[in-house]
This record gives sequence, C-alpha cells and structure tokens, in this order.
Amino acid sequence: MTSPAVIADRLTVRFGDFTAVAEVSFEVASGEIFGFLGANGAGKTTTIRALCGLLKPTSGRVVVAGHDASHGLTPIKLRVGYMSQRFTLYDDLTVAENLAFTAALRKIPDAKLRQRKKELFGLVGFDQAESTMVRDLAGGFRQELSLAAAMLHDPEIVFLDEPTAGVAPAARARFWRLIRRIADSGKTVFVTTHYMDEAEQCGRIALMRAGKLIALDSPEGLKKSTFPEKLYELTPAAESSRATMERVRSDASVREVKTYGLHYHVSARDAAGFGRLVRDLGAHVEVREIAPSLEDVFIRLVEGKDR
Amino acid sequence: MEGIGIDVTGLSKKLGPTQALDRLNLKIEPGLLHGLIGPDGAGKTTTMRMLIGLLRPDAGRVSFHRGGSPVAFDEIRPGMAYMPQRQSLYADLSVSEHLDFFRDLYRLPADVYARRRQELLSITRLEKFVERPAGQLSGGMYKKLGLMCALLQSPNVLLLDEPTNGVDPISRREFWDLLYRIIEEGKTTVVVSTAYMDEAERCARVHLIDGGRTLAEGAPRAVLREAGVANFDELFLKRETAAK
Repeated sequence: MTSPAVIADRLTVRFGDFTAVAEVSFEVASGEIFGFLGANGAGKTTTIRALCGLLKPTSGRVVVAGHDASHGLTPIKLRVGYMSQRFTLYDDLTVAENLAFTAALRKIPDAKLRQRKKELFGLVGFDQAESTMVRDLAGGFRQELSLAAAMLHDPEIVFLDEPTAGVAPAARARFWRLIRRIADSGKTVFVTTHYMDEAEQCGRIALMRAGKLIALDSPEGLKKSTFPEKLYELTPAAESSRATMERVRSDASVREVKTYGLHYHVSARDAAGFGRLVRDLGAHVEVREIAPSLEDVFIRLVEGKDR
Repeated sequence: MEGIGIDVTGLSKKLGPTQALDRLNLKIEPGLLHGLIGPDGAGKTTTMRMLIGLLRPDAGRVSFHRGGSPVAFDEIRPGMAYMPQRQSLYADLSVSEHLDFFRDLYRLPADVYARRRQELLSITRLEKFVERPAGQLSGGMYKKLGLMCALLQSPNVLLLDEPTNGVDPISRREFWDLLYRIIEEGKTTVVVSTAYMDEAERCARVHLIDGGRTLAEGAPRAVLREAGVANFDELFLKRETAAK
C-alpha cells in the first residue's frame, strides 16, 4: 500500500481573529479523485492554499507527497500543481507564451517544455493553435490550457479550485473526462466544485462548513447516511400548485420541502401520514419515490445560519 | 406605477465574423421573471447588451412600453440595472465602499440608502463581510455583491447575465428566493440568463435561444409540453442529437 498523497491533521488557519479553517483532518489516497465541497466562503480555497505550500498553517500538520510542511514548503511546491480559482493565464499572451512563462518560473528546460507540451496537449485534447491569444480562447479551451500549465512540471498531485466555474455544460463534461484520465494515469486529483453532477464523479467527498469538516464519504455513503428516510419528488398540477404546496408544507408528516424547478423534493417524517396526504391530494399532485441527489445531501448538511 | 414590458423584433447583430443575433424576437412582459436559456454562444449575452443599450443592432428594434403605451428608452434607462457575467466590480473596494459608490451614482437620499443597504445586507448575509475588499470575496459572495449594487436603486428592469454560475447550491437557492421577492413587489421586470435547467423551470416565461434566434418561448410547462419532453435538459439533448 502506498502512503497517502495528502495528510491534513488538525489543520488550522487563522487570519487575524477570523478562523478560516478549524482543526480539519483527512487523508487523500494516491490516485484518488477527491472532491472538496462547501458553500462559498467555507474555507475550501484556504485549505487548498495550505496544502499547496502557499500558506503556512497556524497550527496542525500537513504532509503532501510525503513531505511535511513544517520542514519547508519548497519540496511540496515542486510536487503539486495548482489551478487557482481566480487567475491562471495571461489574457494578452498567446498559448505558447503562457506555457513558456510557466516553464521559466518552474525552471523547465526548452527540450523538456517541448516534450511536456506534446504530452499534455495530447492528454487534455487541446487542439487550438499555439499562436492564439488566450483572450480569444473559448471557455472550455481556456480551462484545458490552465490545466496543462498547472501540470507542466509533472506534479504528483493536482489541486483544481473550481476549474469549471462559469463553463458551459458540454465543456464541463469534457473537462471531467479529462480529470478521470489524469487520475487513471496515477495522479491524485483534489478538486472543488459547486456543480453536484461533477461531485457525483468523485471517489470521495469532503464537505466543509464554516471552516470545519462536517462529512467525508463516498457519494453513495453520504446519501445513505444523510437521508435515512424516504425522499419523494412531487409535481403539483399547474392550476392548484400554490395551494397544493402550502398544504404539503404544513402537513405534520412532512419533514422538508425543497424546490427543484417545477418539482419539489419532499422528505417524510412519517411514511403512513405522508401516504394519507398523497391520497387526499389525489389528482392535484404526482408523486414518485426518488434516490437523493448530492444536491439534496449538500443542502441538508450545509443549510443553516452559520456556514 | 405599472411595470415595463419590452418587445424585441427582428434583432440582428454581427460581431466580427459571427452572426450573434439573427432576427431575434422576444416578448418581455411587465413584472414577470423571464429566463433566457440556450447553449454557449447562443446570443444570450448579446441580447442583454442590446436591451441595456450597450450595443446597437444592425437591424430590428427594441421597444419599451408601460401600461400599453410606448415609452422612450432614455426615459427607462435610469431605472434599468444590468449585472454582467464577467467580473465588473472594483477589486480593491470593500463591500461597504461599493454600496457607497453606487449610492452616489444613483444619487440616493440618505434615508432610502440606509434602509435599502440594511435590507440587502441582511438578505444576502453579507453583514459580516462589509469591510472585505471585493477581490477577496468568494465566488458566491461576489455575485451577491453585484446583485446588491444592481438592486440598490430598486430598478424597474433588472437584467442578470448568468448570475448564479459558479455559486454553491444553497447560495444559488437564496439568490432565487431574492429574485422571487423582487418579483413579488411587482415593480420590477427581470430577465435572467442561466445554464441551470432547474432555474429555467422557475421562471414565469422562458425563451429558448440558439444561433441568435428564439426557438420557443412561453411558460415553462407549456414549452415542455409542446416539445414533448419532461425537462429542459432533455429538450437540449434532443436538439443536439437531431443536429448530429
């Protein structure tokens, strides 16, 4: 068995008197696709920055690719790739210039750069001209190029901070096929996302809330533990939809109601009582039992005032 | 005061080599929540920019009406707010400074400003972050700040270009609760573009756009029924398959 790619042991990061990350502990296995979820501002980016060696933890232990952060951050920086949420490429440089710049920062020799470019363009399926200005690349290609830049020095672990934010659905799907290819090649992928269809594709998911780790499991495991009771999808008839949903919300058998477009996800506190409610509503509503989605899980675990 | 409606007829626009809009028609009804949906490059952003007067059409027109009578764009424009998709706030100004800045732009009286500011900070839960510079806000908070700036003057037309893209599931729902509250006040016509199909279903009217043209428009249920599909994902999938 290989040692974990990432160990965080009671990792804590404070900025002044604001605690961004509080006593967070987890391990990421080598070759795993590890999803890191949480509301905006839950401490995901701060955790990533601590794990990439960009930020010194206030307390706690960080071991990345076998290197303890307390012994120096440089060995970690050499072994991780980081695709930041904010800034990854220079808009007014071409594709080739951006990669040459990254290579210069990483002290990668020209011959090696040429070889890596070829490998990475093949891997990420990037087929745009190298003379294209980055500002002229469409959303999806830009993400592919950012990823190639983050992997130029052949890191063991890549940290992707919301790599698909603002990207169209088709391009997101393509990017995730790429993430799977990277994991299949033995690298560890640590990824944050707000798209729950993407989170479904992770091996395990860690869920952050207000700087604390509140859940860590496979997508299936999270669904089972978060929703021990049954979940239903209700579709009210258009004419009476408001009255129907008011009645559902106020019924004692109903635990929670969440809006999903024209439908509602309803969890029942008392299955028999809920059965009676559905019979009473008759043709005013269509009901089917469904498996919870990760969005259901996310909302139940993270919702509340303090997050 | 009655809400503002917008009629878009035969709108065309070429951007470089691309025919961004190709005789686009839209009927935006007063006081309703309208959704523009369609793939990347469909023409949603160009449409928004036309509505707010940032781009001139090559052909066709955008006309506004209130209570059945036409109104000039110049009369409407001060009451319109637009939240672009791209980051457009000042990275080194704090949340509080942004609100002050927009107060001055809109020339809001002190009491109106104080009330509105408090209201918006409380709904968006940004009270704790008023001193934080926009450049250090997370994705969701940044979008909320953008919306706050747009809402500060109680606009009568609100244009939001993919406001929830990259926002976590709960903030996304809160954002929609906020939109519903604005709609319920009845004074604002809202046009929002989105790639989330569950959000499309929550609009009073949806406009399916592709290749710079409107493919279908109407109440979500009616549009889905017409197309014979259960949801919008299926609808777009069907179109994609048909195209291949």
